[in-house]
Amino acid sequence: MAQSHVPNADKYYVPHSSPWPIYGSVTLFTVMAGAVATLDGWLPAWSLLPGFAMLAGLFILWFGTVIRENEQGLYNMAVDRSFRMAMMWFIFSEVMFFAAFFGALFYARALVMPWLSGDGTKLMTNILLWSRYHGTWPTNGPGALGPRANGSFESVPALGLPALNTAILLTSGVTITIAHHALLRGHRRRLAIFLAATFLLGFAFVALQATEYHEAYTKLGLQLGTGIYGSTFFLLTGFHGLHVTVGAIMLVVIWFRVMKGHFTPERHFGFEAVAWYWHFVDVVWLGLFIFVYWL
Amino acid sequence: MAHAIEIAPDAHDAHAAHDGPDTGIRRWLFATNHKDIGTMYLTLSLIMFFVGGAMAMVIRAELFEPGMQLVDPAFYNQMMTMHALVMIFGAVMPAFVGLANWMIPLQIGAPDMALPRLNNFSFWLLPFAFTLLLSTLLVPGGAPAGGWTMYPPLALQFGDSFPMLIFSIHLMGISSILGAINVIVTILNLRAPGMTLLKMPLFCWTWLITAYLLIAVMPVLAGAVTMLLTDHFFHTSFFNAAGGGDPLMYEHIFWFFGHPEVYIMILPAFGIISEIIPTFSRKPLFGATSMIYATASIAFLSFIVWGHHMFVDGMPTSADLFFMLSTMLIAVPTGVKIFNWTATMWRGSLSFEPPMLFAIGFLFMFSIGGFSGLMLAMVPADFQYNQSYFVVAHFHYVLVPGAVFAIMGGVYYWLPKWTGNLYNMKLAKTHFWLSTIFVNVLFFPQHFLGLAGMPRRIPDYAVQFTDWNMVSSIGGFGFGLSQILFAIAIIQCVRGGKKATAEVWTGAAPHGLEWTIPSPAPYHSFQTAPEVR
Repeated sequence: MAQSHVPNADKYYVPHSSPWPIYGSVTLFTVMAGAVATLDGWLPAWSLLPGFAMLAGLFILWFGTVIRENEQGLYNMAVDRSFRMAMMWFIFSEVMFFAAFFGALFYARALVMPWLSGDGTKLMTNILLWSRYHGTWPTNGPGALGPRANGSFESVPALGLPALNTAILLTSGVTITIAHHALLRGHRRRLAIFLAATFLLGFAFVALQATEYHEAYTKLGLQLGTGIYGSTFFLLTGFHGLHVTVGAIMLVVIWFRVMKGHFTPERHFGFEAVAWYWHFVDVVWLGLFIFVYWL
Repeated sequence: MAHAIEIAPDAHDAHAAHDGPDTGIRRWLFATNHKDIGTMYLTLSLIMFFVGGAMAMVIRAELFEPGMQLVDPAFYNQMMTMHALVMIFGAVMPAFVGLANWMIPLQIGAPDMALPRLNNFSFWLLPFAFTLLLSTLLVPGGAPAGGWTMYPPLALQFGDSFPMLIFSIHLMGISSILGAINVIVTILNLRAPGMTLLKMPLFCWTWLITAYLLIAVMPVLAGAVTMLLTDHFFHTSFFNAAGGGDPLMYEHIFWFFGHPEVYIMILPAFGIISEIIPTFSRKPLFGATSMIYATASIAFLSFIVWGHHMFVDGMPTSADLFFMLSTMLIAVPTGVKIFNWTATMWRGSLSFEPPMLFAIGFLFMFSIGGFSGLMLAMVPADFQYNQSYFVVAHFHYVLVPGAVFAIMGGVYYWLPKWTGNLYNMKLAKTHFWLSTIFVNVLFFPQHFLGLAGMPRRIPDYAVQFTDWNMVSSIGGFGFGLSQILFAIAIIQCVRGGKKATAEVWTGAAPHGLEWTIPSPAPYHSFQTAPEVR
């Protein structure tokens, strides 16, 4: 058997008991309670802090345990397969989360905007409610919502920062693939360098995205409140940016594990899971670049 | 594959000494054992069933006669909204997950669920989610009162309860997604050698398909309620026409989740019924493979029928027609299932133990709900029925004598396997007959009320609706009280009783791996995977 060096190769590992799930549930509850207290104005925003501190602890402790068990050789190939399948279906659930927001974007653009402009059977909607509105994308709606008094706003041109960010993310997809090949061939130095390049590119992406948001808020009149365009723009790119941040942090963790000598050419689920996640983030960005910035 | 899975639990050789459960609260808080976690799910579900039931009693008490007697309209609306949320996310879904936890590893010969820690995480999220949800009753403005569908702009006007509702739904969603991932991985990765997919019991099959539905649509619900949250607190315009958004868009996103959600609540029920009927008919399930295809077809169709919830809401006529036709198509695979169950019973040697009674009750009454569903699927007819008590009658027929009866049947079917004791059959049969009589007294008159024009979601009504509302309320109280028998039967069975054999239903024809291990099922079953031929 390929995994003959693993002590319990024929046994499916089931931990006897674990404190992390219940700790995780308390953590998420604390996060949400903090968010409720903040949003309802019961407490200032610091009420979010305990939850997030516990959340950081959760990841360190839970994943720490799993990494330790893995290094002890408790996981056989069946456990490895379970992890792989679980990660794939988790990423699928993330895809569906983004699909909801893409759906909102397409629906607003392809149906709501023409209807508000009096298209088809909705003529009376336009005449009675929004009589001077003839929508063109990007739109902030017939009420011309947004920060500027005259209701105008500008969108971020696709060929500026977004194009640069596309190049950055696509390059990072290449670097992580090079790192993976290096891992498979046992070139640890090349693995470390290209993995580091990947998360540096990731953080560069996030920094540029922050710059873009700053520009949008201060110069373009493009904010969360800038009608449906601002809503879809910021929620899609915002959730994506959040995923890039999380992905980059995961890459950093993987990098430290590589430096500690974890992963073998045969078994490196942790690396692959993060790589899959990174490619997923990459693909979502392509969708964003095309449908939010470009078209 | 070269490395066939040979599986044994608790591989930590050093710890093999303490193979049994932990003592005290640690056993439950730190659980990784699928049986313990299944028990917790089922217990939570039973508690929530009574909590949601109590809310329903408030509703039926207020509707006993016209005029306002017991509660004010705002509180009535809170009860109506919370009843739905508690029953859907707190009673029915966790019950199925609890049954999955208990039975899937036993039915496929696995040592446990594939991801035991994640399994416990999925469970423990729920008590916290419901703490958050139920505590909305105590905050300024009271609990959410705009219906469980949370349509904007009404939902955006909830008080302090609003973010609590949203975040509790996020927690439930995370729980469901992680639970579904666990089910999929367990079924696809941990089947005993020889347990091919087509040999797999129907309960596992329906749950596998349900798990896919969950992973596909719970994130969409999360997206929808997140948009509500940002519309409420961060000035976005997803559902605000002035900003170029559309409240109708929420309905599309919500029901893209909502309709598969309906099947999430019934497909595992189909699986349970498919286990019970062959056992007590002493015949193999008729058309077992076609059952799998029918389930998969229903799951696929569930993604393209959501618009039938929105016929009167201003969709283009072409969309109305598409959704009408796609909805009617579902009757075909559902019909396959009903006929297969009937054909299984045909010339079988039937006996009427409590699980079989519930299964037969399901068959009749779920079909009533299915037929009223077909009526509602027709656009012109729906224009009449929409927002009336006819709709209430329809979905309660598929959910109560449908999903809930299947869960009860499943519990009565497997309870001796879990506890090692037989329960009081007479008590269980009494529970069945009282439930069946009262559930029809409760919901059948609501068809008449709806057809006569009584709107749903109102605390008061015109006097001509009084008679049937009184009948319905009497049925409601009767049904609610009957459920106490269910709790008594379970508690008695847990505490002791006549010992059950490994096969439990000796004389009937129970089929499957779960009947090859002793009753009660040992704390760790299938330490080494069984051979399936």
